[in-house]
Amino acid sequence: MIISRLTGKELADRLEEALPNVVEEWDSTAIWVKPNHMVQVAHFLFSDPTLDFNYLNSISAVDFIEYFEIVYHLTSFNKHHSAVAKTKIYGRDEVTLPSVYNIWRGADFQEREIWDLMGVRFEGHPNMKRIMLWEGFEGHPLRKDFL
Amino acid sequence: MTIRTEPMTVNVGPQHPSTHGVFRLRITFDGEDIIEVEPVLGYLHRGSEKLAEERNYVQVITLTDRLDYTSSMINNQAYCLAVEKLLEIEAPPRAKYLRTLVAELQRIASHLIAVGFFIQEMGAFGTPLMYTFRSRERILDLFEMLCGARVTVSYMRPGGVFSDTPSDFWPALSRFMNDFRDELSDLEDLLMENEILLARTKGVSPLSPDIAVNCSVSGPVLRASGISWDWRKKDPYDAYSLVDFDIPTGSNWDNYDRFWVRMQEIRQSMRIIEQCVLQIEPGLVRIPELPLVLRAQPGAEAYGRVEASKGELGFYLISDGGISPYRCKIRAPSLINLTVTEHLLVGWKLADMIVSLGSIDINMGEVDR
Repeated sequence: MIISRLTGKELADRLEEALPNVVEEWDSTAIWVKPNHMVQVAHFLFSDPTLDFNYLNSISAVDFIEYFEIVYHLTSFNKHHSAVAKTKIYGRDEVTLPSVYNIWRGADFQEREIWDLMGVRFEGHPNMKRIMLWEGFEGHPLRKDFL
Repeated sequence: MTIRTEPMTVNVGPQHPSTHGVFRLRITFDGEDIIEVEPVLGYLHRGSEKLAEERNYVQVITLTDRLDYTSSMINNQAYCLAVEKLLEIEAPPRAKYLRTLVAELQRIASHLIAVGFFIQEMGAFGTPLMYTFRSRERILDLFEMLCGARVTVSYMRPGGVFSDTPSDFWPALSRFMNDFRDELSDLEDLLMENEILLARTKGVSPLSPDIAVNCSVSGPVLRASGISWDWRKKDPYDAYSLVDFDIPTGSNWDNYDRFWVRMQEIRQSMRIIEQCVLQIEPGLVRIPELPLVLRAQPGAEAYGRVEASKGELGFYLISDGGISPYRCKIRAPSLINLTVTEHLLVGWKLADMIVSLGSIDINMGEVDR
């Protein structure tokens, strides 16, 4: 059975029913969630029986200079569908986002990697420290202003 | 008299023969029992994602070879599929079959390494590893015929493959397949029912399906936990929708099942190769009018993924309209499979640690990138 991809609109409509005013915008492939509601949305995506996203494929961080975008690729093994959720965080110092570690354990190393290389700190992660580089390294190399 | 004991923290690696490269574990023992595990990574970090932002789309292929250097072909394939999605192009049918064929050869080679070292770590020094490397060597010879390189192949390109097969490739492939069928049977006779192997692996370090899914585990480790999930079936790419194969899954979720799943996947890969050889037809191997320096639409993004030998390998590319990717995130299966180290090791003994680590089959080139 081949997986289907949920469009941003399908996902946004479903979210709007259950959690009003958490989706900022959506397009054909993804939804953008308000950053302070990220854990609430993640928990809903994980536990809602019709969505049932039990598998977190990957978390990516992108530096768009005026904001950071964190991208969650999700799949449901039971419902055979996948979706993309994104969130924008503005600012460059002290950038934080709530962690989804307690929902998907698979976020563990990926969130640590994003903190290490992109400088977005995840609150609620039990072991938020650098993973690739050593403690004491200055800066976050994947940022666009790091040389 | 009671003997006083206290927990002891031991450092394993980064230079340790059983850690598959520069992997380091900080383990706390209570006697011989493991009570705490902390993986320490980054000794092979080369900044591949940052380097990709400085190279054009075709040049990045050489970086992908060096991720999981035991399955370069599959890395090439994942990256090329992501670029093709980004540019909205599609490779010609012959190229798709060639990619599928070499990817399966590479999967066999990678699983042979995994199995060989897995046995080696249980104390069978030399013999089984040499059996597997003998066969792997033949596969590398085939790759050499295709592209001149054995490990860092860079054989695939966005829109196809680098060049068509030389005329002596097909007879060499069929000779290899004939010999390998017997070699694999020998290997199975030698290993599958081996008493020492069974004693060391049966029932050791089971990984429940719930934990495996929650920890985003993929590949043979996930399938050994009883979950029939293979991206070649679930999200078919290249020629996988046109060939027939089964997904072996484990029932006891233990170290033996992870080994068993890999052995079965080698058989399935052989089936796929045989079908590719029968179905492939002459034709173009690369989109002819594609420019050397590729450019995607500004703001375009694509997530291309394959079922690599270690699990789901994904490339998340974002374009700003320039000649290089604006961002090239690599979803590395080896790194994410390591999330379960704690679940596999805690409560087991020092000697099982080596075997369990071998059963995850990590590759540090991919873990650290």
